[in-house]
Amino acid sequence: MAIVRIPPVLRPSTGGAKEVDAAGGDVGTVLHSLAEAHPDTQSQLFAEGGELNRYVNVYLNDEDVRVLGGLDTAVGDGDIVVILPAMAGG
Amino acid sequence: MSPSGAEFIRQIKTQIAEVDPADVHAALNDGDGNGTVTIVDVRESDEIAQGHLPGAKLVPRGYLESRIEGAVPDRSQHVVVYCASGNRSALAAKTLAELGYEHVESMTGGITLWKDRGYKVDVPRKITAEQRERYSRHMLVPEIGAEGQYKLLDAKVLLLGAGGLGSPTALYLAAAGVGTIGIVDDDVVDLSNLQRQVIHTTDRIGTPKVDSAEITMKALNPDVNVVKYETRIDASNIMEIIEGYDVIVDGVDNFPTRYLLNDATVRLKIPVVSASILGFDGQLSVFSPYEGPCYRCLYPVPPPAELAPSCGANGVLGVLPGTMGLLQATEVVKLIVGAGEPLIGRLLLYEALGATFTELKVRRDPECAICSRPPDEISEDEMGVFPDYEAFCAAAG
Repeated sequence: MAIVRIPPVLRPSTGGAKEVDAAGGDVGTVLHSLAEAHPDTQSQLFAEGGELNRYVNVYLNDEDVRVLGGLDTAVGDGDIVVILPAMAGG
Repeated sequence: MSPSGAEFIRQIKTQIAEVDPADVHAALNDGDGNGTVTIVDVRESDEIAQGHLPGAKLVPRGYLESRIEGAVPDRSQHVVVYCASGNRSALAAKTLAELGYEHVESMTGGITLWKDRGYKVDVPRKITAEQRERYSRHMLVPEIGAEGQYKLLDAKVLLLGAGGLGSPTALYLAAAGVGTIGIVDDDVVDLSNLQRQVIHTTDRIGTPKVDSAEITMKALNPDVNVVKYETRIDASNIMEIIEGYDVIVDGVDNFPTRYLLNDATVRLKIPVVSASILGFDGQLSVFSPYEGPCYRCLYPVPPPAELAPSCGANGVLGVLPGTMGLLQATEVVKLIVGAGEPLIGRLLLYEALGATFTELKVRRDPECAICSRPPDEISEDEMGVFPDYEAFCAAAG
């Protein structure tokens, strides 16, 4: 199980949870597990073609998955997947 | 019988090594001049104000034991101490040897003989006695010191927004003695601001925020030159406003301006200390063009309006902009003074409810629409390109 950190804008879709456990051996599977458990996150994370929305940053521990293997990046047990949206409040 | 003071100093001089100013001059001008010898001036501050050896560390003898480790941490470093004529420095050299400094010499004849030989003296910048007192706690920190304080006094910092984030940064940067602080904000003080925007006051409701901020900053530190821009920054005025500033503090409340600011600052190569807040969450990073990633490297595409609750009224813990704004102010001071490791290429996330900090790596994007190209290739038309500017905020409500 990986731990997925949920940003404030997605928390209404996860019942307010800040962290959600999700199964999967790679980042894509982990995020799909999240979307299955919390269907409202589906359209916010994934585009219609199934790819990750460009405005969603995803980190495995402290590294951007864009510089790792993208959605295919392997995820180990206890790894932290951070979903990071831009925020503009000031 | 106890020796006289003069006899005591003579005895000390037999126990320490002395060096002629000619040898010190040669050592300073030898090779690249870096790192071979550290010069320490042990005179009082009023004497130092008249001039000191180039590059000398200033540690008055009265503070020698307590401050030398900050000035010269490495006890194996070759140290030359001097004073006015070579007596106090002899005593200081003895003390340093007792503190474990292995290679210490006292310069004979002090700065008087140095000047007689015609060698160069640096005359420090003059600051008033009041400034010396006001900034004394900065001057005592080795990483800042007098030189760092002068940099702060000479610095020009622009704050975008005198709201939640801008309030604490403005207060602390004014207190720190940042010489010129520009503030851009077209809003007036509203009662609902005062839960977090601590630079404003209840009796200034309805007053333009730039005016209100100026009153508080000038009351805190009259040294500060406050430059007010009572306007909303946009593509037509951004270059004119931001040019000439050393650092920009981004505390704006909307995405279009954040992208516009990024593009303009990359073009002008001005570092931006950026923070954003929502609810109990904050984000912070320093975008230093061409040295690290830019805002578009981190966020190539803004989120859709429904996922960007930034334009309308949103809840935020009143203390949170204080926390994030002061982290911004800290990064600004570090950039100006040149101390520490700035938050470049790193994104700091603060989640107040859990009291957690998370640090993420931010890489330069080799395909970044803006900073992958030289600054002079970024055209006016490209800056601040943002999908459907007006519709974006309208949809977000």
